[in-house]
Amino acid sequence: MAILILGEHDNSHLNEATSRTLSAALEIGNDVDILIAGEDCAAVAGAAAKLNGVRKVLLCQSPLYAHMQAENMAALLSPLMADYETFVTAATANGKNIAPRLAALLDIQQISEITTVLARDTFERPIYAGNAIQNVRSAQEKNVITIRTTAFAPAEAGADAPVEILAVGEDTGLARFVGEELSQSDRPELSSAKIVISGGRGMGSAANFDMLERIADKLGAAVGASRAAVDAGYVSNEYQVGQTGKMVAPELYIAVGISGAIQHLAGMKESRIIVAINKDEDAPIFQIADYGLVADLFTVLPELEELL
Amino acid sequence: MKLLVPVKRVIDYKVNIRVASDGSGVELANVKMSMNPFDEIAVEEAIRLREAGLASEIIAVSIGPAQAGETIRTALAMGADRGILVKCEGNVEPLGVAKILQKIVAAEAPGLVILGKQAIDDDCNQTGQMLAGLLGWAQGTFASKLELEDGALKLTREVDGGLQTLFLTLPAVITTDLRLNEPRYASLPNIMKAKRKPVDEKTPQDYGVDTTARLEVLETKQPEARKAGIIVENTAELVERLKNEAGVI
Ligand SMILES: Cc1cc2nc3c(=O)[nH]c(=O)nc-3n(C[C@H](O)[C@H](O)[C@H](O)COP(=O)(O)OP(=O)(O)OC[C@H]3O[C@@H](n4cnc5c(N)ncnc54)[C@H](O)[C@@H]3O)c2cc1C
Repeated sequence: MAILILGEHDNSHLNEATSRTLSAALEIGNDVDILIAGEDCAAVAGAAAKLNGVRKVLLCQSPLYAHMQAENMAALLSPLMADYETFVTAATANGKNIAPRLAALLDIQQISEITTVLARDTFERPIYAGNAIQNVRSAQEKNVITIRTTAFAPAEAGADAPVEILAVGEDTGLARFVGEELSQSDRPELSSAKIVISGGRGMGSAANFDMLERIADKLGAAVGASRAAVDAGYVSNEYQVGQTGKMVAPELYIAVGISGAIQHLAGMKESRIIVAINKDEDAPIFQIADYGLVADLFTVLPELEELL
Repeated sequence: MKLLVPVKRVIDYKVNIRVASDGSGVELANVKMSMNPFDEIAVEEAIRLREAGLASEIIAVSIGPAQAGETIRTALAMGADRGILVKCEGNVEPLGVAKILQKIVAAEAPGLVILGKQAIDDDCNQTGQMLAGLLGWAQGTFASKLELEDGALKLTREVDGGLQTLFLTLPAVITTDLRLNEPRYASLPNIMKAKRKPVDEKTPQDYGVDTTARLEVLETKQPEARKAGIIVENTAELVERLKNEAGVI
């Protein structure tokens, strides 16, 4: 039976997380539909319809879904699931918020953040901040699954699947959107950037993060941070990389003034090349770094900016 | 208003876990166990609401082995008023936990259930959302700020792009993120006092909930280890190697 993907978007652009989710879904089965629910988001549905392997796109437009709040999203999805065997979405903030609510409505035990599809009903997922990997098999008739997007390549575009309009679902009236403070940046998105440069407590201040930002701009990189840097107020929460922040797996990850706690490593150790810049030669980050530089970051960063 | 705070006993976050060589799971013998850090934040938030006069009673619930009673005692020592220990052997999946909590909510009628956003053992990030779904309540996940005024709840949450603010109808389910508060340590007198606070013991059967696992764990294995690379002498060598050896810049 068929698979339903919930598309991730901001009403104007389809997030790359969705094409990665599609790659995972196509390993599970063939008949894959994508639901785009939002407000004035027809263009997003158009983009989803171009992804290779999609059977059709369902488009549901209403102010009810403008911010993809879980209460109304789950109310829309739950009856739709009568026609699907599997629900899949990316483990983004939205996916993590919506999928378990849907799973409970359907009496399904969700499988969170899979990294490998071993069979239609069997998956690999990390536990304990990635320090152990579980193979889990589901004997349930239907499954609700979230995908760790860094583990799957994005699907290619080129197709032209049909877009079907879907009737608006129930308004639960449970939650009302007030506002949001989203970071404005021209840099690539942290979760999908090819290069990430992250700062930790060693950066010492919010102002010092400017040094990382200037290097990021030279490299076309995204800027990330450790929890300690976020807690200290150097940067805001959306920069946090780690077990309980964002998962990243870029071609190059540069950790500056970060000690390498397991909770941080959980979010970046799948990066292809890891660079650590730290003045403490015993910092655990060096145990997983391809290139380590034992030095004061306040000397290294200006040199790096100069040399790039 | 009553507050219900579920707390989970997990391996302490500072412990480097070991995977059993036979693939059966993670070694638990002689390992330091603690309250899931996000649940400490939940307990702290509940106490702050009570201290602000916005809540009357805090009930800490744990679902797990007999030793989860210690986790409840920790919550009581921090300031929760009483506990409910739902004893069960083996792993209870988030859906089973949510179903037991649903029954406890029906019996206790709390105005808010405050949970951690994820347990640092299974990293599922499901229970709060599932409970909200089962109850048909609003859910405020990944909360970094909570303001209760005149029966309305204004909640700020951490989302991928930054922060989002919502008004939720009450009763509601909240899950905590790291920046919500900094949990207090229990003082020695409060640890002593906690020993006399009441803890009810129950079983899943008392609530008529079947906790049979839906997912079968076939194997638990060690992740592929990453090897340490080389230490470079200076910034120039680093840049040279990233360009010419790794080819990433
Ligand atoms: C429930 C829970 C969830 C968590 N989730 C996350 C998460 O998702 N992500 C995360 O990152 N952490 C997370 N943590 C926190 C984690 O345990 C660490 O506390 C945190 O990662 C440490 O950040 P840090 O490396 O920046 O700070 P520190 O550990 O303090 O390290 C700072 C480093 O900077 C170096 N340094 C200082 N000054 C200089 C200088 N001038 N030049 C060069 N080097 C310098 C020091 O040598 C040190 O190694 C979590 C913790 C808990 C309990």
